Amino acid sequence: MKLGVQVNEGPYQHQASDSAYQFVKAAVEKGHEIFRVFFYHDGVNNGTRLATPPQDDRNVANRWSELAAKHDIDLVLCVAAAQRRGIADADEAKRNGKDADNIAPGFRISGLGQLIEAGIQCDRLVVFGD
Amino acid sequence: MSEEEMIEGGGEGVIKKFLYLNRRAPYGSIYALESLEVVLIGAAFEQDVSVAFIDDGVYQLTKGQDTKGVEMKNFSPTYRALEMYDVEKLYVFKESLDERGLTEDDLIVDVEVVDAKQMADLMDEQEVILSF
Repeated sequence: MKLGVQVNEGPYQHQASDSAYQFVKAAVEKGHEIFRVFFYHDGVNNGTRLATPPQDDRNVANRWSELAAKHDIDLVLCVAAAQRRGIADADEAKRNGKDADNIAPGFRISGLGQLIEAGIQCDRLVVFGD
Repeated sequence: MSEEEMIEGGGEGVIKKFLYLNRRAPYGSIYALESLEVVLIGAAFEQDVSVAFIDDGVYQLTKGQDTKGVEMKNFSPTYRALEMYDVEKLYVFKESLDERGLTEDDLIVDVEVVDAKQMADLMDEQEVILSF
């Protein structure tokens, strides 16, 4: 099955991102195709490389990056949500006059159209949120 | 980069039934505003769109919203613009209105007020449900 996933909550504050990660991992292991994971609302905070969680805890951003690299999964942060919350790649930082970027490896920033497209293209769009 | 620049790659003529389900009050959290942003961007994809309001989500459509005191943008006029984006199927859950002492007359747009059975049927017939 071709699956789209939407993540609406940030890391640690809420389990949504953990549940989405476990779901994506399990789906890939079962042979399903993950068309895209789209991060919206505070979900874009999953895509910062600057988080430093305690060493005995899971690293949510790194875990997504590693999963994306291993299985070639498209991780997309909503541009409007990311701009509000200070998540930027090099292009966005430059465009908006910021002195740094902070996007984690394997993530990219794009528009809400990518979410709608996932809804159109996928057999199922699975939403993880509050 | 802005949202408008990034609209591309739709479904090549595929039309699906999309339901945006709004469950939360307009202020207090950002879900309502960012849901509306998805509806507006999504309109460019010419899908079969419905928008439903349940629980505190019914407050999103109430008349006379005044946000000056909380220093937030009053985005309620945007719901009136949905018609121009061909988003015309708006549903409000009757029980949620009743629980809050609201009626259809308290709302800024024309909606269809539905009961639990109708709301369940509406959800059942959708292909994509985005819940906010």
